[in-house]
Amino acid sequence: MSAVADRARTDDAARAAARHMLARIGRYVFLCLVLAFFALPLLWLATAPFDDTPTIGISLPRFTLDNFRTLLDNPYALTSLVNSVWLAGGTALLVVVFAALAAYALSRVRVPGRDALLYGLLLLSSIVTGTATMVPLFELAFRLNLIDSRLGVILVLTGGLLPAAIFILKDFMDATPTSYEESARVFGASPLQIMRHIVVPVVRPGLATVGVWAVANVWGNFLVPFLLLRGPDKAPAAVIMYTLYTEGGQADLRLLSTFSLLYSLPVALMFVFVSSRYGFRFHGGIKR
Amino acid sequence: MSAITLRELTKVYPNGVRALDALDLEIADGEFFALLGPSGCGKTTLLRTIAGLELASGGSVRIGDRAVTNLPPGQRDVAMVFQDYALFPHMTVRDNIAYPLRIKKVGRAARQDKAASTADELGLSALLDRRPGQLSGGQQQRVALARAMACHPQVFLLDEPLSNLDARLRLEARTFLKRLQRELGVTTVFVTHDQAEALALADRIAVMEGGRIRQVGTPTEVFRRPANTFVAGFIGSTPMNLVPARAHGDELAVAGVRLPVPEEARGRLADAEDVVYGVRPEYLDYSPEPAPGALTGRVVVVENLGSFSLVSLDLPGDDDTTSVQVVVPEGREPQPGDTGWVVPRPGRSLIYRDGELVTGAAAPPVPAPRTGVGADA
Repeated sequence: MSAVADRARTDDAARAAARHMLARIGRYVFLCLVLAFFALPLLWLATAPFDDTPTIGISLPRFTLDNFRTLLDNPYALTSLVNSVWLAGGTALLVVVFAALAAYALSRVRVPGRDALLYGLLLLSSIVTGTATMVPLFELAFRLNLIDSRLGVILVLTGGLLPAAIFILKDFMDATPTSYEESARVFGASPLQIMRHIVVPVVRPGLATVGVWAVANVWGNFLVPFLLLRGPDKAPAAVIMYTLYTEGGQADLRLLSTFSLLYSLPVALMFVFVSSRYGFRFHGGIKR
Repeated sequence: MSAITLRELTKVYPNGVRALDALDLEIADGEFFALLGPSGCGKTTLLRTIAGLELASGGSVRIGDRAVTNLPPGQRDVAMVFQDYALFPHMTVRDNIAYPLRIKKVGRAARQDKAASTADELGLSALLDRRPGQLSGGQQQRVALARAMACHPQVFLLDEPLSNLDARLRLEARTFLKRLQRELGVTTVFVTHDQAEALALADRIAVMEGGRIRQVGTPTEVFRRPANTFVAGFIGSTPMNLVPARAHGDELAVAGVRLPVPEEARGRLADAEDVVYGVRPEYLDYSPEPAPGALTGRVVVVENLGSFSLVSLDLPGDDDTTSVQVVVPEGREPQPGDTGWVVPRPGRSLIYRDGELVTGAAAPPVPAPRTGVGADA
């Protein structure tokens, strides 16, 4: 009797274990599918540039560096990356400096209708660099003699990114107690010293975040440089990518994959560098 | 070290709020001075106006023999410790303490030495390389004090120095603060809303309400002889009993009982004048039996406060909400529902007319300031 009961019990346990196992396998299969969905394009990016005949699919590459050699022969490929660095760097610098000053002022000075102003700007900014204002933007740049000038692109992109940057940074500034600054003031620090010694170091993670965000935004922006820059010698990588795509009427997968890899590397490296150097973290003060 | 003199000091905010109303105050050299009052009474504004973080709308501020009314905070030679201590989170303790010297362009080596020696005085030597985030509340407060001390100011200003600490640490910090102030002998002004803190720490207290000073005096004076019913209700861990009374010659009718008019008010009350009779719960003696000159009522609440209990009695009268509280030592507590008698101790009851103390004496004399270490006596 007890032997039968024991067997029944072990059967039950075995069945439960099997069910548990199946559930686990199912879960992992699902996770793998999701992962594959996101990983395959990245995997393609890792293999295709080194394949002598890349296709849309993924296969073990027949290893070659010829693609890179061909790309270097393209007169605009490398310069376009340098152009991208200029545009992204310049815009990020302007955005960080102006957004920091504006956010600090908006956080510390009572301006009537401040919040409405911020929300209004945020709403409009998505239009400014968007498709909707293509024509007036071009017209404006033309009147200001900023067609085919990097400065023009930088200014337009800065204008588009500033509201969101101010919005993000204002949160960081608001979270910084005014007593830090007042304390420094009582010790005799000038406004510039307060900015340099206290405010900038305290909101540094916020500045880093906004800087990285601005660079990534400009790096991926196609429309504004395409619109405002005439010749391919000033065009950034995002625009040159488009020319590779249409050369000869169809996608040149060898050049395209190789260029895509070079195009994505700087931004990825920047993320790693910034997060290790500045860290997207905050040195907590005291508990509130 | 310097005295602080405020004359007709007024601060009106742009939104029309009058935070300080023509305020006169003298704080003596080396004194430990408390600004006490409920929130919104202007005490913090007053401290910030002395610091220069707020500019006065009218009147003058003098520190020592310098008029500083319109000077920026950095030129007033004051140091302020903020309620949240305002330690810079990205600097080490050493850099925090040395920061005032960095502003004064003291060389790196010299200011690090000074920071180390100041930290040593406050028992912070082991913490010099830590960040503020790694310190306890008490340690943060000491660092803030060290930073204030490092620049040898004429005046220390402390904003709610103990309010960010938990209850046990608060007692420790209170003793520490009082001792430190005594040793340094620097004129120190602090703001608090906690009357116990003010009584325990200060040499003198200014009790504020609505941008005005209601009374200035030593802790003993403001506790024993509040100048008005506001101070009477604010000072003391249990507020003073204030009972409506009517004068009849040399006697007062209080809740159906005749009590003698206190000596200082004798001859100053008109017949049948309505006044307020005030006596602290600590200055009443409870008796379970009838006693001469005692108020009587029914015990309604007994609150155990450790070594003593606070007993509330409802007094008979037209207005049946009139009650008194009395402090009863342990072991002698009555039960709710008992009838009890309370006898005011002689010389401890006060009469208020229209909220102001009725007394023959002029305003209590300002005590001579304590001479601190280093002050020329």
